[in-house]
Amino acid sequence: MPVGLLVVLAVVVVVALWLLGAYNSLVRLNVRVDEAWSDITVQLKRRADLIPNLIETVKGYATHEKSVFEAVTKARAATISGAALGNPAAAAKAEGDFQGAMKSLFAVAEAYPQLQASQSFLNLQAELTDTEDKIMASRRFYNAGVRDFNTKIKTFPTNLFASSLKFNARAFFEVADLAAIQEAPQVKF
Amino acid sequence: MYSAIAANKRNTVFIIAGFIALLGGIATWWGYASGQGSSAAIIISFVFLYALFQYYAAGSLAIAGTGAIQIQKADNPRLWRIVENLSITEGMPMPKVYIINDDAPNAFATGRDPKHAIVAATSGLLAIMDDSELEGVMAHEMSHVKNFDIRVNTIVFGLVSAVGILADFALRMAFYSNMGNSRNNNNNNDNGFGVVLILVGVVGWIISALIGPLVSAAVSRQREYLADASGAQITHFPPGLAKALEKLKAYGKPMRRKSTSMAHMFISDPIKPTVAERLWSTHPPLDKRIARLNEMGGKF
Repeated sequence: MPVGLLVVLAVVVVVALWLLGAYNSLVRLNVRVDEAWSDITVQLKRRADLIPNLIETVKGYATHEKSVFEAVTKARAATISGAALGNPAAAAKAEGDFQGAMKSLFAVAEAYPQLQASQSFLNLQAELTDTEDKIMASRRFYNAGVRDFNTKIKTFPTNLFASSLKFNARAFFEVADLAAIQEAPQVKF
Repeated sequence: MYSAIAANKRNTVFIIAGFIALLGGIATWWGYASGQGSSAAIIISFVFLYALFQYYAAGSLAIAGTGAIQIQKADNPRLWRIVENLSITEGMPMPKVYIINDDAPNAFATGRDPKHAIVAATSGLLAIMDDSELEGVMAHEMSHVKNFDIRVNTIVFGLVSAVGILADFALRMAFYSNMGNSRNNNNNNDNGFGVVLILVGVVGWIISALIGPLVSAAVSRQREYLADASGAQITHFPPGLAKALEKLKAYGKPMRRKSTSMAHMFISDPIKPTVAERLWSTHPPLDKRIARLNEMGGKF
């Protein structure tokens, strides 16, 4: 009997150690996703800071496009609203609207050659492209973290206890109109 | 994709474990045969210290060896931004960025961990690559940093030197103990010991001079494939790196300041090995790397 007891004890210890390790790695992955999300919000805010200047610059040349400016202003505010910064789904929706509004802003700008040639407009456009690239980069990092975390909690045997410990699948930050973002303002450095 | 990375990591662990077993075996055998286990311990600790020095100084040594110059964002915004965005994608700290003034297109990464990383590109590389190709190359380099390849290289290098020093020591010991024999006419035991020492020395020499570089080159080649794969994974665009490698094949030429010890750090071999040297080459042939990337291309 003592041999049987020892075997049971050993199994219990091994399982306990494994649980400990699995729990810690879940916590680590979860924190990494949080961190990645906060990186995205930093970039989103950085981009939002560029927009008022951009609108002012375009306004200087194109005075009769009030509705476009309003749409961009509204979409900009939505991308950094509390809801968007706290929730990937809301952020993705705001992102889609914002890209649409920016498209029409640049369409307006197309019609004004002087604006296109202005140095401050070009600088802002370059800044914007850079920030868009960084948003895309931080989004990839976030999505990679979500992928790792979700894979972990959904695969056997972690899936047996993950949900009872309140580890729930995280949401990807997927932007519907991805192609539009990737070909957004094309500026060569 | 992921299985390729896992397989490469497994192979590397396997190779290093084999090497450690070999080195440990020789040291024990020698200690046992010579009855001087303490000197084997001294040599191994010396090698360990040397490896430690290498580990901490690798970055600055590499930079000193190539004449690279550190840049800030304003110096080359294009390279800077590409590296910056890659480090965001990877969630790594921004590495130091260097440029080497050399027409030969090449790039390298060094640093013991992502916090002390350095990536460098030659001016030739910046001139011939477009943005997606440059991004592919830099992603490859960032992958070296992320996968701790420099650390692995240092370990392998340390192991090879350890065997070399051990072999050298054994041969010298054999030589001197034979001299002692003839002088003192104190034969039986010592003669057998001298033969063992010579044997150890020769085997050790073969390992350090022939097999060692072979193994370290094999590790390095595995690491190149791995960096290609994870680089492509970062950019989600394998054709970028594949096209860059095509260009390296077409425009590639030996660098002005080259050194064999640095060869493993660059994206394409700065020395251009002949066919006979292929086995000892630190890099897989470009054609094979391009083929693997193209294979990957369809999977994204």
